[in-house]
Amino acid sequence: MKDDMSQYPLRLEGDNVPMVRFQNVTKRYGQLTVLDGLNLDVAEGEMVTIIGPSGSGKTTVLRMLMTLEEIDEGVIYVDGDPLTHMEKNGRLVRANAAHMRRMRAKIGMCFQHFNLFPHMTALGNCMEGPVHVLGMPKKEAEERALELLDMVGMAHKSDQHPSRLSGGQQQRVAIARALAMRPKVMLFDEVTSALDPEVISEVTGVIRSLVDQHSLTMLMVTHQIGFARDISDRVCFFYGGQIEEQGAPGILLDSPQKDRTQQFLSAVLEAN
Amino acid sequence: MSYLEFLATYSDRFIDGTLVTLGQFGLAVLVATAAALVSGLMKMAHSKPVRAIAVGYIEIFRGTSLLVQLYWFYFVLPLFGFTMEKFTAGFVTVGLCYGAYGAELVRGSIQSVPRGQWEAALALNMTPAQRMRRVILPQALVTILPPWGNLMVEILKGTALVALISVADLMFETRQINNNTYLSAQAFGTALIIYYIIARFMVTPIMRWLERVMARKIGRS
Repeated sequence: MKDDMSQYPLRLEGDNVPMVRFQNVTKRYGQLTVLDGLNLDVAEGEMVTIIGPSGSGKTTVLRMLMTLEEIDEGVIYVDGDPLTHMEKNGRLVRANAAHMRRMRAKIGMCFQHFNLFPHMTALGNCMEGPVHVLGMPKKEAEERALELLDMVGMAHKSDQHPSRLSGGQQQRVAIARALAMRPKVMLFDEVTSALDPEVISEVTGVIRSLVDQHSLTMLMVTHQIGFARDISDRVCFFYGGQIEEQGAPGILLDSPQKDRTQQFLSAVLEAN
Repeated sequence: MSYLEFLATYSDRFIDGTLVTLGQFGLAVLVATAAALVSGLMKMAHSKPVRAIAVGYIEIFRGTSLLVQLYWFYFVLPLFGFTMEKFTAGFVTVGLCYGAYGAELVRGSIQSVPRGQWEAALALNMTPAQRMRRVILPQALVTILPPWGNLMVEILKGTALVALISVADLMFETRQINNNTYLSAQAFGTALIIYYIIARFMVTPIMRWLERVMARKIGRS
């Protein structure tokens, strides 16, 4: 069925415009529906953690927000403006490349497998976007990159290539690289899943300090339930491409109401 | 006539021929590299007509004989009002022919760059051209170099065919010497050795050196 675009506002206005809004968002891969009419608001400065079994669509939420996946139905708004669509003659149509680029500038993402550029040093990775995308002078970009590398505790390795860094170190550089673009929304996609247990705290520590010191809006997909409890404003449990249950971490994680949430949490806690 | 006397008599012509061969080789490498890069990228384009042009080029030049292509460029194209110097026709044809092989190498090496690299470049909001130039191609270069070295040697050997459209390369000079002296073993033996020396002691070491430099740049060594 074709999506009736007139039901979606051209832009979100008024008080309390959320930083991120998923409105009726559906994503399919062939026959498989990964997101099924998802509605999700994330307020400015809010830290929302997404948990759920694999295949529940949680990573897809982040990937769609980063425009790595195309949207099938619905509209995603970022900072009040549609991300996936644009206004044309008073109605929403699919966003073109220029619009997506403008909107994408508000979003940064860290990946499970870091995805640092192997042919650049840690510093080079953090300067690449500012210099070549934002057009920042090299000297300024270098100063800022070094500040950020210092913040994530990686300034002493700034001249090293990723192949010389451990997983935890690479992930910290990747966080600095994303922050160097000054995003309004940061996405963390299972950023500790590929790490050895003993270095996970390096990365969670950095994210923790971001939550404490910055007013960034953040969405995080993780399996670290304890970490999610510590730093999230809200935890969403995904199941079957929808939010099965959500709430403040203390409530959702300690006294979940739905059976599926209970099952998932007890399975995860047992595995830990 | 001893072999040394033979060499002393004809060394000038061997040297002249070798220089022309090196010129043909160098220019053919440039043509092949440009053609391979352009058609390799075109083959991955979204637009169907663009892909079709690349496929057409690759099919024609890879599917037909280099010698026939040389005759086409030098003898047939002038009939359609498109005349080239034989020297130009030589390296252009050799370059285009091996560029068609190189196109598949380019495509393969680009596709070998992990998907996560594209995604990270997109997350930094790079344009498609920036993603390709600054992130993907430098990494693809590392994987393409070893098979590219092979292709270079093939190009060198392929240039011997330009003798057949009378470009005065090493093979052309050798044949002339043979026709004048009937010293086939000496003449073709010398050519054999010169081709081998260029391939083994010039082309291969340069490619190995490039591989090392690129490996260092990417921090793999």
